[in-house]
Amino acid sequence: MILVNLILILLVGGVIAWISERQHPNLPRWIALLVILFDLGYLCAVADLSWSQIAVVPNPSDATTWLFHYKAEWIPRFGISFELAMDGLSLLMVVLTLVLGAISVSSSWTDIKQRTGFFEANLLWTLAGVIGVFLALDLFLFFLFWEVMLVPMYLMIAIWGHEGRSYASMKFFIFTQVSGLMMLFAILALVVLNQHSTGVYSFSYFDLLGHNVGGDIAYWLMLGFFIAFFVKLPGFPVHTWLPDAHTQAPTAGSVILAGILLKTGAYGLIRFVVPLFPNEAMAFSPIALALGAVGVIYGAILAFGQDDFKRMVAYSSVSHMGFVLLGVFAWNTLALQGAVMQMIAHGLSTAALFMIAGSLQERLHTRDMSKMGGLWQNMPRMGAVAMFFMLASVGLPGLGNFVAEFMVLIGLFKVAPWVAVVSALVLIVGAIYLLIMMQRAFQGKPNEGLRLSDYGGREMLTMAVMIVGLVWLGLYPQPVLDTAQPVLDSLTRLVVEVSEAASTTDIAGAFP
Amino acid sequence: MGSVSIPLDHVLLLSALLFICGLLGLMMRRNIIFILISLEVMLNSSAVAFVAAGARWGQPDGQIVFMLILAVAAAEVAVGLGLVLQIQRRFKSLDMDDANRMRG
Amino acid sequence: MLKLLPLIPLFPLVSSIILMVTLGKLPKRMVAILGAGSVGMAALITLLVGLAFMETGQPHHQVLWTWMRVGEFSPDIAFYLDGLTLVMMSVITGVGFLIHLFSTEFMEDDNSFSRYFAYLNMFVFAMLILVMADNLLLLYLGWEGVGACSYLLVGFWYQNPDNGAAARKAFVVTRIGDTAMAVGLFLLFTELGTLDIQPLAEAAKSQWEVGDTLPVVACLLLLGGAVGKSAQLPLHTWLPDAMAGPTPVSALIHAATMVTAGVYLIARTHELFLLAPPAMLAVALVGLITSLMAAFTALNQHDIKRILAYSTISQIGYMFLALGVGAWAAGIFHLVTHAFFKALLFLAAGAVIHCLHHEHNIFKMGGLRTRLPVVFWSFLIGSAALAALPLTSGFFSKDMILLQAYELPGVGPWLWVGGLLGALLTAMYSFRLVFVVFFGETKMEPDKQPGVRMAVPLSLLCVLALVGGFFALPLVPLASAFPVASEHHPSHLIEGISIAVPLIGLAIAYFIFLGGQWKVDGLVNSASGQMLRKFWFSGWAMDWLYDKFWVQPYKSLTHLLRRECMDDIYNTIVKFCQLLYRVFSYTQAGRLRWYATSMVFGMIVVIALLQGVI
Repeated sequence: MILVNLILILLVGGVIAWISERQHPNLPRWIALLVILFDLGYLCAVADLSWSQIAVVPNPSDATTWLFHYKAEWIPRFGISFELAMDGLSLLMVVLTLVLGAISVSSSWTDIKQRTGFFEANLLWTLAGVIGVFLALDLFLFFLFWEVMLVPMYLMIAIWGHEGRSYASMKFFIFTQVSGLMMLFAILALVVLNQHSTGVYSFSYFDLLGHNVGGDIAYWLMLGFFIAFFVKLPGFPVHTWLPDAHTQAPTAGSVILAGILLKTGAYGLIRFVVPLFPNEAMAFSPIALALGAVGVIYGAILAFGQDDFKRMVAYSSVSHMGFVLLGVFAWNTLALQGAVMQMIAHGLSTAALFMIAGSLQERLHTRDMSKMGGLWQNMPRMGAVAMFFMLASVGLPGLGNFVAEFMVLIGLFKVAPWVAVVSALVLIVGAIYLLIMMQRAFQGKPNEGLRLSDYGGREMLTMAVMIVGLVWLGLYPQPVLDTAQPVLDSLTRLVVEVSEAASTTDIAGAFP
Repeated sequence: MGSVSIPLDHVLLLSALLFICGLLGLMMRRNIIFILISLEVMLNSSAVAFVAAGARWGQPDGQIVFMLILAVAAAEVAVGLGLVLQIQRRFKSLDMDDANRMRG
Repeated sequence: MLKLLPLIPLFPLVSSIILMVTLGKLPKRMVAILGAGSVGMAALITLLVGLAFMETGQPHHQVLWTWMRVGEFSPDIAFYLDGLTLVMMSVITGVGFLIHLFSTEFMEDDNSFSRYFAYLNMFVFAMLILVMADNLLLLYLGWEGVGACSYLLVGFWYQNPDNGAAARKAFVVTRIGDTAMAVGLFLLFTELGTLDIQPLAEAAKSQWEVGDTLPVVACLLLLGGAVGKSAQLPLHTWLPDAMAGPTPVSALIHAATMVTAGVYLIARTHELFLLAPPAMLAVALVGLITSLMAAFTALNQHDIKRILAYSTISQIGYMFLALGVGAWAAGIFHLVTHAFFKALLFLAAGAVIHCLHHEHNIFKMGGLRTRLPVVFWSFLIGSAALAALPLTSGFFSKDMILLQAYELPGVGPWLWVGGLLGALLTAMYSFRLVFVVFFGETKMEPDKQPGVRMAVPLSLLCVLALVGGFFALPLVPLASAFPVASEHHPSHLIEGISIAVPLIGLAIAYFIFLGGQWKVDGLVNSASGQMLRKFWFSGWAMDWLYDKFWVQPYKSLTHLLRRECMDDIYNTIVKFCQLLYRVFSYTQAGRLRWYATSMVFGMIVVIALLQGVI
């Protein structure tokens, strides 16, 4: 029930925030913030987790070994149930979601002036949908949450976005919708084929893990899942929705989009694509790795070419999330741990960069970097904060992003040395665009006549949370690693078992 | 019943000719009045066919349907003329192509 | 006592964090005490730790916590103290403290006084981590950390876009080397299963044979990192531009400590390099060629700091030469003495600039010998040590390098000859600098005299540059990890030549630049002379080359790609849909007769189908 409550609190909180606008336009913000913090507190307090519990290696096919598990009948005729479960991986993702949710509420504090109630409601509902995605283990329910989280996000971009919002929100919606459709086909086909061999309909992850669909069909099903997550990730070449959506979304929208929504794609790859179709995924991995490496470099090159601050950060997301793809398809614990770390570290660092972009836009009414310059003089605090997150994004050791990228690359090097070498070039091209960003926005000749308010207490507090988070991840990531380790261990073991079984029986059939 | 009976084929041929006339009128004319007249012609052509068929089989159904068609035609004319008035008032024209507001 | 080791980097770190968090709200006096004092404390503890270490001489290993542990990949936050580390730490904290002290006066009038010390302390912290790290990943943390601090400090006066460009260049060019080094770390970990330096060396010795491909590749990748950070060919172009930073920064980062990190890295991993003779040869050649090239360039510059920058590149080339011929201890010895005399030269140059309204061009200076006596003597001593005149500290170290290079079988004598040519040039350009700036007629009057906080560090460094050779020599054997060089001494003739060459260089410089006995104007002004001069002045046109072959192509590439060509694919789909939409919507035009006609045709087709006509 804990898991259901986690989602319900956010949903109900959203409704309350919406209604409360009638009392006072400021009220929804406080309510949204309190609801999210309450949810976080609830998770920490009621969940009553101990390390020994987390350290238990969950058996992917046995729900009772997970941290929490909840199951209720829903549509028994088709084997659809309301099944939520949490292990270390989803725990990390849920905590990240809630933390970034609180940060995004703070980032939109002064930014959103119209219809605050509905805005905060959408924000909370998006979070609820995302948490649902991270927890759902019934594929039907998963798909439901997957689609549900889009709608409030779409509204946030379409209503509170910037000048090109309708184009951007439409593009965002169509890309994710089409890719979601492919996943729906894949889910249905998987369930039906599984029914043919076992005789029962079941959408449950636990039942489907051991399915014995093989051959070309399985490869296509894997692709169906892969495309849905790949678009969300986003991977090259289906990333083009992201720069538009990020650029046009309001600050809080960008923070949630970059910080959390992209992670659902990465989560899906780790949770579903590889465990459900181990052989097919491994057969596909050369292509996936190549796409990942291209995305990493391509994003960095494109970021260098942008004038729009937010667009540049958006392309840096493409570049950074490529590491997640690399980490997942290298499929050893080191690279996977790197991918998980990257999800968290990128969530924090990019969210902060988007917040900086948002505050610049709020003050200067432009995102065009060619019109900025020397802002350090006007806003030293913001400049210092921007410098920190720029260095974090560059991958400075001692900060979270470095740990993530290094682990991905070192894990990848074992599997595909040349891909790792090519991806490592991002250390150079990544530095180029981030440094030029700093130069164009904050350094150079200051505009003396400009009167700009520097960061205040609320903003500094928000930033401080993220700074501390990144330093902690960079210097002592062990708690995070320990939380994810059992899950990743069990998943890698599962894959090894399946592929060994396949190699003894019929390896040729598994590859198209 | 008269002793002179017209062969059914002839009536059906007449009906078909009338129908085609009406159809061509419908397709060719732009004036809405003529379109309505063409529609009437088509309705009546089918009515003739019904009557002839009823006579051929000695059944009353054909004439009943004729009555029905008559009623439909009356209603159609009423509505149609109402539309004609509205169109005339709004577009100052009875040309149907002028009343085209949909953009292709 | 040895347990105090973690305190050494902690002091500058804490001070830096305090300065960052307070955002310049502290009074300047407080900032100065905090900034310089923290490094002073670090130096003091280094002294205590050093004394304790020398009692036993045993390497000390101290683990603070596990950084990250995933399977067999488990680098710690851990320190390793041996002679080499101690030497480096002494240089960093000792020279670092003097430079901090100098900075408190040099930067006094700057608005961002607090930010300056925050960065500088952070640099000292990162540099200490670099040399104290017990595994290559932690070393990499320090390595990147000093790079970031260098970026911040070169671009310290951010209002001028040129400084920003220099800072970016410094970061990106060294990043190229860092990337090679990172790949080297991947390779080492994948092959040997650890990144801890001592176990790594053991594993390498047991798994690899001398001359295997893998150690050569790994060492070349590490060399790539060293070349980037130490400004050697072909990644040296950032260092002259990095002089855009405040002069004490150039003294600390771009002369005494950071740029020698590459030397440290190779010395630290020398056991790997011993397994890879081709890589060793590469190190020696890179060093020799760089030192000659930079020396020629230094001879032609007229910016006082750029001359020193090229001379730094050249001297680090010597250290690489030493490492390449296996003279590990000599390389580190030269590193130490170089830190002394080059920091002295930079600080003296800083004092000149400080007192002469920020003038950098040496031909606008002159006759400062009497105007700024303290600075003059500092500069003279520094130049003497740089030129390796007998009995100065630089003499001992450079002599050691040259003799050991001569010993190397095969190419040794050739390396020796190259090194001698470099020594000749070194003496020429360093005394050209002295003669032009401090002798001759006065062209510019200094508007102030260096104060106490400048004079004291200068004098202390003078002492070190003079007698540092005796002082540092006993430290070197402490780097006990190094294999001992052969005790065989070359002939007296060779030694004599080595001693004489710098004196010849000094004489040439005297005749050309001061005495005026030798007229070189004709030679210089001839067409080929001018061309050669321009070529040397531009640093052998390396910047131009890189701009042509890397920077411009990359810019055009980004310009080409900037308008997201991937979107064209999706736009094509959109266009196709729009086309279909136009076609279909044409049929829904609201034309009544058209509808009727199409209905009729439709019916005809349906009837025909039903009747089986079609």
